[in-house]
Amino acid sequence: MSILLVVIILGVLATLILESLPTIKTLGIGFLWGKVWDPVSNIYGAYPFLVGTLLTSFIALIISVPFSYAIAIYLGEYNPKGWLSDLLKNAIELIAAVPSIIYGFWGLFVLVPIIRTFEMKIGVAPYGIGVLTSSLILAVMIIPYAASLGITLIRMVPSPLKEAAYGLGATRFEVIRKVIMPYTRSGLFAGVLLSLGRALGETMAVTMLIGNTSAVADSIKNAIFGPGNTMASVIANEFTEADHSQYLSALIELGLVLFFVTVVINLIGKRIITRFTNE
Amino acid sequence: MESTIVKAENYNSYFGDNHVVKDVNISINKNEVIAVMGPSGCGKTTFLRGINRMHELIPNATSKGKILLDGENVYDMNAIYVRSKIGMVFQRPNPFPNLSIYENVVAGYLLNGIKISKADKDVIVEKSLTSSALWKEVKDSLHKKGTFLSGGQQQRLCIARAIAMQPELILFDEPTSALDPISTSSVEALFHELKANYTLIIVTHNMQQAARVSDRTAFFYMGELVEFDDTKQMFTNPSDQRTQNYITGRFS
Repeated sequence: MSILLVVIILGVLATLILESLPTIKTLGIGFLWGKVWDPVSNIYGAYPFLVGTLLTSFIALIISVPFSYAIAIYLGEYNPKGWLSDLLKNAIELIAAVPSIIYGFWGLFVLVPIIRTFEMKIGVAPYGIGVLTSSLILAVMIIPYAASLGITLIRMVPSPLKEAAYGLGATRFEVIRKVIMPYTRSGLFAGVLLSLGRALGETMAVTMLIGNTSAVADSIKNAIFGPGNTMASVIANEFTEADHSQYLSALIELGLVLFFVTVVINLIGKRIITRFTNE
Repeated sequence: MESTIVKAENYNSYFGDNHVVKDVNISINKNEVIAVMGPSGCGKTTFLRGINRMHELIPNATSKGKILLDGENVYDMNAIYVRSKIGMVFQRPNPFPNLSIYENVVAGYLLNGIKISKADKDVIVEKSLTSSALWKEVKDSLHKKGTFLSGGQQQRLCIARAIAMQPELILFDEPTSALDPISTSSVEALFHELKANYTLIIVTHNMQQAARVSDRTAFFYMGELVEFDDTKQMFTNPSDQRTQNYITGRFS
């Protein structure tokens, strides 16, 4: 059964490579930093989508990490037992179970108007949709990955270690900062990588909220507040329109790049977790 | 007589509704080695953890009565302060795995955010490790991780960590129960040297150990302090029948 899964993964990889061979041949590595994506004139550059993917994912990460860590510390150390703790832990795991299209809808109807008002207040073009909105939704969606791993790891910190610190007169905050955090640091980092892997590949909610423009933003302000596009969302949007082989091949090559990026991030994350749990 | 350092007055401990330590009155003098012995579940460890207010860290754990440290009730003081004033060594050696030997010794300062100069640290580390009879063995590997040491060495490192905070009183919770016989004797030998500068309270379920290391012994049974007397006196001629039964092995 597990061999079958390996075969499937390798098959996916092989298909992606085979199908993207036409553009790999004609465009070479320059595909990655070509700034123009104009299928009508048969020009394909992945740069806007690479930037969009990395930007949304990292902004999402920056927003979600404080929450994930706070949740992990609260449910791992302050309140590890009891009905409230169970309820919260289940609620957080449920965040991961909500279909992403629901997040997309919620984003469109609730988040977009709020962001629009906010953008008007700070004096940028009030699109509502855009990179920031997608990042916010992504941040919510990826919280459970880092948080639930963090909760497990923090609960695993041996109590003799915590007692040693309390016995020396440490406060709870000092125990968390100087005993629990160093002890679980690599594991918590792995959790962040896992959520990054998730953020990179997330398609539906982002496609609905990001605005889908293939133009490269002219300023950092516009790159964050204005619309953009990610690799996953451009594939979802344009796959059905790809009417000639170069176009299709370019989209599939985007998929290949995305596949590599997420696989590498996930492998590093898993690596750290195994090393951490074996120590 | 010498001056009293720790005095318990009608001290009681509970886990929820479970009454674990019952009305203990005891008075311990400076620079004494006290052994606290008794069968498992008799409340000896709980009593020990009541002295430096570690007991209350467990959910639902409460206590009543007074523990006087130098005449002042620890339950009227800040718990954090009490724990930093009283050293504690645990059942299993628990050096911090992410810290070096050197950092482990000064961990009390690092944890509490007390800033001290490198020179002061060097002095504290050498002094504490010398007092815990570990200096000669580790002086060339101070910056290796503490977890590379043997069990006995780790336990002596934990003792050094407690000494570094300059406590008057050090509590030991079955400090040798996780150690092999050789490490045990190295730690026991240390008790005799520490006595000059510190007061030691050692919880043990090993009667031979109590007899070997202590000046006076307290015998706990079912949460009560049954007998507290000169160690020799207690092991040769105990005044309570229950003590007699325990030391002759009629129950354990």
